[in-house]
Amino acid sequence: MPTSPLAVEVAGLRKRYGDRVAVDGLDLAVRRGEVFAVLGPNGAGKTTTVEILEGFRDRDAGHVSVLGQDPATAGREWRARIGVVLQEARDLSEATAEELVRHFAGYYPAPRDPDEVIDAVGLREKARTRVRLLSGGQRRRLDVALGIVGDPELLFLDEPTTGFDPQARRSFWGLVGGLRDQGTTVLLTTHYLDEAEHLADRVAVVRDGRVLALDAPSELGGRAARRAVVRWVEDGEPREVRTDHPTRAVAELAARSGSPDGEVPGLQVLRPSLEDVYLGLIGDAAAEAQEPVA
Amino acid sequence: MTTVEPRRPADAPSRGTLPGVLRLGLSRTSLELRLFFRERDAIVFILAYPVIMLAIFSTVFGQDGNRVGPPPGIPYAQYFLPGMVATGVMLSSFQSVALMIATERDEGGLKRLRATPLPASAYFLGKVGQVLVISIGQTALLLLLAATAFDVPMPRGGAWLTFAWVFVLGTATGTVCGVAFSSAPRSGRSAAAVVTPIVLVLQFISGVFFVFNDLPGWMQQVASVFPLKWMAQGMRSVFLPAEAESFEVAGSWQHGATVAVLLAWLVIGLLVGVRTFRWRRRDDG
Repeated sequence: MPTSPLAVEVAGLRKRYGDRVAVDGLDLAVRRGEVFAVLGPNGAGKTTTVEILEGFRDRDAGHVSVLGQDPATAGREWRARIGVVLQEARDLSEATAEELVRHFAGYYPAPRDPDEVIDAVGLREKARTRVRLLSGGQRRRLDVALGIVGDPELLFLDEPTTGFDPQARRSFWGLVGGLRDQGTTVLLTTHYLDEAEHLADRVAVVRDGRVLALDAPSELGGRAARRAVVRWVEDGEPREVRTDHPTRAVAELAARSGSPDGEVPGLQVLRPSLEDVYLGLIGDAAAEAQEPVA
Repeated sequence: MTTVEPRRPADAPSRGTLPGVLRLGLSRTSLELRLFFRERDAIVFILAYPVIMLAIFSTVFGQDGNRVGPPPGIPYAQYFLPGMVATGVMLSSFQSVALMIATERDEGGLKRLRATPLPASAYFLGKVGQVLVISIGQTALLLLLAATAFDVPMPRGGAWLTFAWVFVLGTATGTVCGVAFSSAPRSGRSAAAVVTPIVLVLQFISGVFFVFNDLPGWMQQVASVFPLKWMAQGMRSVFLPAEAESFEVAGSWQHGATVAVLLAWLVIGLLVGVRTFRWRRRDDG
């Protein structure tokens, strides 16, 4: 099989439910070996898109290729090469993590070692506990264990840390980072900006079923959205300027400050956070109000 | 916790062969059986229920040597045993499968399986295996109780052949109809509320708890549309003495009609099941 550098290719994807357009001409390309985050508000079309890629849903139009195959028609061999962690699952509550990981390993032609998988997701101490007694975070780790035990080339994670406490989220991020380090391609959806920023090599911001921006988290939104803000107080009034050259701006301010030590009162240099960029992209009016532009 | 063994070359064209359907079916059966025995509800309301009912009914109605039918009559325990065996088959197949699949679908278990290379055939094979083990075990318990506690004579010779086909056909029909019916409840939680009354009503009108001859004619006719009446009648032809045939409403065991009705439900169940089976919840698109 010729190996494309892309694990996932999507062009012009469309899907509607009745009158509601869920995905409206979406384009994506996920490179092999990267962690790719699809970021967007609820109802943006993230889950619909991912479920089309996973082969759960039909599409109305567009080209989709996942590991070189069309998910709508791909068979068992293809399913053996992907791993899917769904948004919510409450099943198998009477089983134990250990027996489930062993059982699911049996579905695949070349599974990972179940014991190593249990260790990798940090469930060793809970391996023989009934699933219904696991915490939300532990349950999610089990979902991931069942998603990776087949040693997938591509892992789908749909809002994996919703409802996690900060510590559980950190530790989950460590797990995903570990998978990336061994070469697994990860496509994750999230509505947490810090998650996308921390985990993803590239982020697609999706709203109304379309990709608004696609780039590395640090580059997202382009130069305009990345401009620094320099703030100071002059004549008792707060002042602000957006600039690509904050150092020069500060030097100029210092030069004309008039004070003997060159101090500029109330000086601040701010770089927009991913959150600022994101909110700007999805057009959050409230966020605009908090960040008045001089 | 983030260290996992280094991967084998990821893009190696061959990654071994997919496991066979039969092996996967057996593996599913083994998991399903283990999970079945961890659900207290399933043990009580599916496995133990007919055994408990046989004990209660035989004890209550069989007091003072009471008998059913024209003299010399049949002891109550012997009369009830076939109905309870038929009920057990229906519970272990129809009720159990309908409830389990409805719950698995509602909880996201079916969707999870759909994302794996497990073939659908292996999933259903696992269900069939689980149903067979439970219903055989349950029938054995019933026969053991009847033979030891109530001195019910066990059938001989050719009657076991009749037992075998009624059991196999009844289990197959019940399982297939259970798969088909699993899509009827809106959620896993409502499944028991939808399935249990149907099963209970069928038990009352099909000659399981009451002597079938004593039921009003219209009730007998309604019951004749559904499989349980025919399974119970088929089992009576196995466990009751030959003279009891004349005590049947039709004056005959009606083996031909039994096969026809059970096969009809088997085909209906298959057609409906194939058309309605879903891996996802209704509200999940």
